[in-house]
Amino acid sequence: MNKLRDVAIWIDDRLYISRLFFSTAGHVVPRSSGSWWYVFGSATLLCFVIQVISGACLAFVYVPSANEAWTSLQYLNHIQALGWYMRAIHYWGSNFMVALMTMHMIQVFLFGAYKYPREMTWLSGVFLLLLTLGLAFTGQVMRFDQDAYWGLGIGASITGRVPLIGAQLVHLLLAGPIIAGETLSRFFSLHVFIIPGLLIALISVHLRLVLTKGINEYPVPGKLVHKASYDTYYEEVLKKDGVPFVPFAIGKDLIFAAIVVVGILGCAAILGPKGPTGPPNPTIIQTNPRPDFYFLSIFAALALLPDWMEVLILFVAPVLMIGFLLILPFVSGTGEKSPLRRPVAVLSVVLIVLVLGTLTYMGETSPWSPKMSAWSGTTVPVEFLKGRSPLEIHGALVLQDKQCRNCHALGGQGGERGPALDAVATRLTHDELVRQVIQGGGNMPAYGEKLSPAEVEAVVAFMDTLRPDWAARAHNSARPEDQKSLPAGGDRNANKALLVNPGITRASLH
Amino acid sequence: MEHQGPETEKGIVYLEKVVQESRRDWMFKFGAGLNAAAGILLAIPLIGFVFSSLGKKQSPLNWIALGKVNDYPENQTRMATYRNPFTRPWDGETAEIPCWVRRLEGAQFQVFAVNCTHLGCPVRWFQESGLFMCPCHGGVYYQDGSRAAGPPPRGLFQYEYKVEKGQLWVRGGQMPTLAEPV
Repeated sequence: MNKLRDVAIWIDDRLYISRLFFSTAGHVVPRSSGSWWYVFGSATLLCFVIQVISGACLAFVYVPSANEAWTSLQYLNHIQALGWYMRAIHYWGSNFMVALMTMHMIQVFLFGAYKYPREMTWLSGVFLLLLTLGLAFTGQVMRFDQDAYWGLGIGASITGRVPLIGAQLVHLLLAGPIIAGETLSRFFSLHVFIIPGLLIALISVHLRLVLTKGINEYPVPGKLVHKASYDTYYEEVLKKDGVPFVPFAIGKDLIFAAIVVVGILGCAAILGPKGPTGPPNPTIIQTNPRPDFYFLSIFAALALLPDWMEVLILFVAPVLMIGFLLILPFVSGTGEKSPLRRPVAVLSVVLIVLVLGTLTYMGETSPWSPKMSAWSGTTVPVEFLKGRSPLEIHGALVLQDKQCRNCHALGGQGGERGPALDAVATRLTHDELVRQVIQGGGNMPAYGEKLSPAEVEAVVAFMDTLRPDWAARAHNSARPEDQKSLPAGGDRNANKALLVNPGITRASLH
Repeated sequence: MEHQGPETEKGIVYLEKVVQESRRDWMFKFGAGLNAAAGILLAIPLIGFVFSSLGKKQSPLNWIALGKVNDYPENQTRMATYRNPFTRPWDGETAEIPCWVRRLEGAQFQVFAVNCTHLGCPVRWFQESGLFMCPCHGGVYYQDGSRAAGPPPRGLFQYEYKVEKGQLWVRGGQMPTLAEPV
């Protein structure tokens, strides 16, 4: 036994392992930092390690050539043993990494950890955030399918809006005048070599700063940070209630790490890899490009913003946001740390999370996009056709044939770009409907050129019948005679009222 | 002058003195200078390689044949595809570029890029309503390419075209953006 001990001591003497341990993993941290709130940073790092390992495995098989990338993804999914699983782990690992990094950032912000003397730790974290998002975007391109192709198109179109040097930047982004072979090679180099290299370097800086400047103690309400006294205060905290990180503060990190790994593996096993969707052939335009979830909020904002705000949101907002993150520790470097005494900080986080969450949800559902196959693929509910005159039925056909349903829903089916037409007659008079169809407006194209007068008459006659029986017909009070000439309604619309408002019983209608 | 040990002067101040006073100072400077020169020698090909495209002022645009004029019926809009002239052998399917060809009458054409002017997604043609619709953010264009609805800031990008010996030609080769329309 003593012999073994001697060997261990000899090895330690020659390799300095114990010294390394006490200055790194075994360094003293405030006992209060061994909290469930402090587990997200190490979990993000763990995700990165998983990404590096699974990414290296994928690179054994993946071919970064525009001609063969898609085929090699299919090979990974269907032929290579466990190829689908490795792709799934890499995909879910990236989702977890972005999510955990976001939580880490929120926690660090709320606990005032960016304040004196940890400004540089925060700054390196901001650049880690940007690099990770860079990995996420370039990773999307590695899945070289239809979405990747048009995602690059969206990226190039956004870049093309940069004033003065837009054209040069597009060329730089695409590695040429158009998305082609060299585009994928460029993104491969960024995704596999350049960004991970920078990330590893910056993670080293980030971790070293955590060691030298110490991890933030759990904030105590009312305990303010002063530049003059904080360092001695922190030293006292370490002396009075410090424990070595390993083994006395790492326990919760370890438990959470295992949960994260099992979470990634579970999602990968149950939900599988993402895509690839159709091949990256731009002539296949039956496509519905959507970015991965981290960029859905931007994608949604671009659909919902007024035109004049687009350039502001695309170019000014990111500069302001990154600028805000970079100057934060310098404008708010001292004072209160506890979220319990920083209501503005807490409310800001809640607001930002709600905004991004709502936009992401809207990006997922995309109500602003026309449903391209609604005109040929959805039915007209029978209640909307019962008891209608031939002219009105013809109008229903025109409504279908002219692709109106791509943007307008009937009975809950169809596009949501424009308003649903179920009760349009309660909102617009006959004359207003004619005008709207012919001239368009309010984000609707004008159909005057594509509809004959007879077709306009028919489609408006049909829309005149679209109202629940109990609801009043929209009318122009300046022309009371119009009101009398309209059909009285009668029982034929009762079924429709039930359809639109299932809560109303037939008895209550009469 | 005697060296003062790290006990009396710490850190960078001590380091400065050591470097200044060292008799091997010139060797350090010479070595550093030599490495700077070698670094420049390495940087020249690196920069030349990475920024090689900046030197070439050659336009990527070329005239491309889209087939016989009579393949396109009058007053109709059809999709045409061509192999992008700016190509590499490993481009694969990405070099197959689509465009919308609208023949008005005789030799009168409009050839639109499929890319929506908002963010570049591919617009689809709907014959019955005479509209182009975009699947991304709901941009809509009339049959003549003018903007009808949605977020696009302008009408569809149009290729320059010519008709020669019964053939339709367009000038293409780059992705149209607001900075560089076709």
